[in-house]
Amino acid sequence: MREKRTPRTSSRLEKILAEGHLAVTSECGPPRGSDGAVLEKKGAMLKGYIDVVNVTDNQTSMTRLCSLAASIRLKQAGLEPVLQMVTRDRNRIALQSDILGAASFDINNILCLTGDHQSFGDCKTGQNVHDIDSMQLLQMVRQMRDEGLFIGGDAISRPPEMFIGAAANPFADPFEIRVPRLAKKIAAGAEFIQTQCIYNMEKFEAWMQGVRDRGLHEETYILAGVTPFKTAGMAKYMRSRVPGIDVPDELVKRMSDTPKEKQAEEGITICLETIERLKEIEGVCGFHIMAIEWEEKVPEIVQRAGLYPRPDLEAPGQEPAKVATS
Amino acid sequence: MIVGQQKPLEEIWEMVKDRKRLLVLGCNTCVAICHEGGNKEAGIIASLLRMKAQKEGVSIKITEGGIERQCEEEFFAPAQTDIDEADAVLSTACGIGVQFIAAFWKDKPVFPALNTTFLGGVEQIGVFSERCQACGSCVLGRTGGICPISRCAKRVLNGPCGGSVDGRCEINKEIPCAWQLIVDRLKELGQMDRYEELSPLQDWSKDRAGGPRTLKREDL
Repeated sequence: MREKRTPRTSSRLEKILAEGHLAVTSECGPPRGSDGAVLEKKGAMLKGYIDVVNVTDNQTSMTRLCSLAASIRLKQAGLEPVLQMVTRDRNRIALQSDILGAASFDINNILCLTGDHQSFGDCKTGQNVHDIDSMQLLQMVRQMRDEGLFIGGDAISRPPEMFIGAAANPFADPFEIRVPRLAKKIAAGAEFIQTQCIYNMEKFEAWMQGVRDRGLHEETYILAGVTPFKTAGMAKYMRSRVPGIDVPDELVKRMSDTPKEKQAEEGITICLETIERLKEIEGVCGFHIMAIEWEEKVPEIVQRAGLYPRPDLEAPGQEPAKVATS
Repeated sequence: MIVGQQKPLEEIWEMVKDRKRLLVLGCNTCVAICHEGGNKEAGIIASLLRMKAQKEGVSIKITEGGIERQCEEEFFAPAQTDIDEADAVLSTACGIGVQFIAAFWKDKPVFPALNTTFLGGVEQIGVFSERCQACGSCVLGRTGGICPISRCAKRVLNGPCGGSVDGRCEINKEIPCAWQLIVDRLKELGQMDRYEELSPLQDWSKDRAGGPRTLKREDL
């Protein structure tokens, strides 16, 4: 069992991780319209099966309902959101302002990202902001929380109390800086990490070895990202078209060799096998299940992976789920 | 140097078709190097416009001229007569040249023949690429001599982002990832330890964000 740590915020995610449980997070993409009921429906599917839900911020640069409003809606529906914020669309004034807005609703988790380039989305001729980058956003939120100061140096009347996270992609290039880059994010203030979806287990294990060699797994909580394939086409698409995702050919073959009507089930099986292998890796503190437009499968994955029921923080003395130790 | 690219002829034509005496004025420094706006190119654009005018049955007297630099009044004298005789100027300079010509000949409409594209260099014959955004606070000393502000699509100061694949940028495989170049260079210099230094917030007040910039040399 992992050693217990002391939580610094009232984030449910941080408490679960600090207790030594394997955390389960998922994500919810806001709709391309103003119908908040869509979020409530997606939230209801996930509720009880995950600890917190990431709310994506105009992912792939497609304009959507904003992550802040969506986070508030999900919180009002009884889920705990992780507010994703990208530095593509807002300058430092807007970022700080939105963080305070989120904090005013006691949103206790934030994931600091750079964001996909706008050329992938529906506003290809738009300007991008990039006043600061994701590392600097981490530093900024840490300063706002820990020192109670705006980046301009003035005091914040009620500082945000957020558990601060970042993304890590163990599969992007250049590989040799993937561990140093994580170290840099931790130094900038990342208290938890959600990784890119993992398909290439060998490469992920090599990365985790490097992470452990530097003791970084003890300085942050690493949640391993998984995404089930719905079809063989999706596996091929992710292999060839999505930058920074590494899908080994044998997985694509395994999906392609499966009859069409059984591909979804095979995708779930691969995902469950991945989770089982990840559970054995020291330093993996939980799972970030990104079932893209397939949120309804998350409860099944969580149950079949032996991650259900989720810890009840109100009940004292509960035994945390088994985690790998060396 | 400043790199520019000629606008489509149709766009130029729409701007100038109602003039009577048009001077196409070349600028023989930066934009001559990229063969887009030098005095020679001004001559070619003038010829193309004469053909266009003939084809459209429009009567315009189109002449050509050129000076060494349109961004400095000291170089304007040789163009004085040509400009006096014209009722409008089509400048093939960068946007700076266009504005200096317009400010000097206050009664003449001045039109741009180029789109000013970037500050760059000559990578090889016929290939020009961006190297600087004139941000006003140079970071090259920290980044192995490679500029992430002009060469990274997200101007990430602590890169690379997750979209760097095989040394290429996520937006286009033709574009090298600036941070791959930086990492390679730091390795060559034996300075990989510098990779983990966090770049502080950039002071954009010296960039476009701070408003139009001026440099005053009291000694000149």
